[in-house]
Amino acid sequence: MSNPWGVVAEFDSAAAIYAAAEKTTGHGYTRVDAHTPFPVHGLDHALKQGPSHLGWIVICCGALGIALAQLMMWWMNASDYPIWVSGKEPYAWPSTVPVTFECMVLLSAFGAVFGMFGLNKLPRLHHPIFAHSTIGRVTDDRFFLSIEATDPKFDRRATVTFLESIGGKHVEVLED
Amino acid sequence: MTATMTAPPIEQVAPHVVTKVRDGDLKGAQMGLLGAGIAMLALSCAFGMFADGDTKKRFFFSYLVGYMGVLGICLAALFFTMLQHITRAGWSVVVRRIAENVAAVLPFMLLLFLPIVVGAEHLFHHWWHPNPADTVLAGKKAWLDSTFFFVRVGIYFAIWLVLAWFFRKQSLLQDQTGDPTINLRLARLAAPGLLLFALSITFAAFDWIMSLDPHWFSTIFGLTYFAGAFMSFLAFTVLFARFLGSKGYLKDAITTEHYHDLGKLLFAFMVFWTYTNFSQYMLIWYANLPEETAFFEHRHHGGWGAIGTLLIFGHFFFPFAFLMSRHVKRHPVGLAFGAIFMLVMHWVDMQFLIVPNFHPTAAAAHAEVPHAEGQSFVGNFTHGLGEWMHGLTIHDFLCFFGMLSFVAGMALLNMRKTNLLPTRDPRLAESLHFVNI
Repeated sequence: MSNPWGVVAEFDSAAAIYAAAEKTTGHGYTRVDAHTPFPVHGLDHALKQGPSHLGWIVICCGALGIALAQLMMWWMNASDYPIWVSGKEPYAWPSTVPVTFECMVLLSAFGAVFGMFGLNKLPRLHHPIFAHSTIGRVTDDRFFLSIEATDPKFDRRATVTFLESIGGKHVEVLED
Repeated sequence: MTATMTAPPIEQVAPHVVTKVRDGDLKGAQMGLLGAGIAMLALSCAFGMFADGDTKKRFFFSYLVGYMGVLGICLAALFFTMLQHITRAGWSVVVRRIAENVAAVLPFMLLLFLPIVVGAEHLFHHWWHPNPADTVLAGKKAWLDSTFFFVRVGIYFAIWLVLAWFFRKQSLLQDQTGDPTINLRLARLAAPGLLLFALSITFAAFDWIMSLDPHWFSTIFGLTYFAGAFMSFLAFTVLFARFLGSKGYLKDAITTEHYHDLGKLLFAFMVFWTYTNFSQYMLIWYANLPEETAFFEHRHHGGWGAIGTLLIFGHFFFPFAFLMSRHVKRHPVGLAFGAIFMLVMHWVDMQFLIVPNFHPTAAAAHAEVPHAEGQSFVGNFTHGLGEWMHGLTIHDFLCFFGMLSFVAGMALLNMRKTNLLPTRDPRLAESLHFVNI
């Protein structure tokens, strides 16, 4: 028996996993996650998950997009090779707005997508939870709750007993 | 549809929600709003309409600022109602009765159009009595014709009144019968309704604002007017719902989640206003054609340049930074402040569109205050702002805020008569339990 990754339990319905999530976080577990075939409203709340930090990544990327676009247009049009077009100054701010806007949107979108990947530690080829015997049904009709070994309250035996006591089936300890 | 297919009454869905204002409750607020509104408008009309010369002329511009500013709110209420039906929105059911009742004030807006009828010759004098040598206006004669102008007023209001009346009536009927087919019928009708709405509000903006300067034209103008109008309707609704909530009504129905959504739309349409206005500006700036740039040329004098700057910062940069945060939109005071701020900015926006078209007669025109060359940006701005404030009249405040107060009072009167929310809409439960992800 090497290091355990965590304990995973199976539940039958969205209502069951919602109740289980509330009980688990209520019991003091913090490294808890739920795996469901479809979004269950309010489950993040029951899991006591804080707000996502993705917004900060997106706003930083957006600001970077604005800065880069402005720098690019100023350098190309007014510094490196100034061109006077239809009587406008080489750097004329109204003409830079559309490109600046587009670059902001592009980098914000990149920030949102790749930031989400990063925060979720994706892409990855394997995850310890795949070792669970019935996890295949997570995309079909079963709901899973996991408590990770990094949780300060985690105890191999006590956590298994706890998940069984709140109605979990196929409670399995998974190796890292 | 069989009788078994009716939507459940609200007593089953949400027994804790109060569906009607108690008899006599909120009467004081309603009378206060109506009284203040009517008093301000009457005072303004009495002193403005019966003055003479430039004072009278200037009054009609102030009146048009107030009228167009507040008419936009009522029209956007109709738009909001139809939008929720055509998208079959679930979240907004608890807010929709407010929109229906604000749109029901539109018949009074027809009544309030009368001073514009009286002042039309002053407001639209450029094309009302066109200079025969003016070949541009000769080309626009078919549209800019005083008889046809009034015919169009009739057409626009016919569209708006019929739509507002029908959508509200059907919704009230559903409170009685719980018939879910009403939603289907209204969703179908909302499609042609929105089409008619889009065309009528566009041409109304062309007729009542853009034609003040009949040489100038912008095809996006109707859209910019609509964007500002819908934004101010959302601000109005936030404040109106907050007021009802503070009196204990709709408190459990319109929750933080709904305010959050209204805040998101408020933010979105504030940005949309900027988007359309910038689109208009950039094309005019780029092409640099005298017939188009005249619009901004007029707005570089008399302090209007500072107002343009104020709009860029006050109607975009500041609210963009302020309303972006989720916490602000979900904070009662934060969102209320944002809403009040945007309503004031809407008033400034209407001023910027309408008042620069007022040209005092040569004798009365006082010379522009000269200002030192090479002043700083802030120096120029404060100078312009001072110049603008110097040109403001009491009617600019009385007309806009009087009209706003009147519409709020009428909307409250309607809310006291009807249920506070569509009690038997099939999506009511969805709306009550709505949460943002």
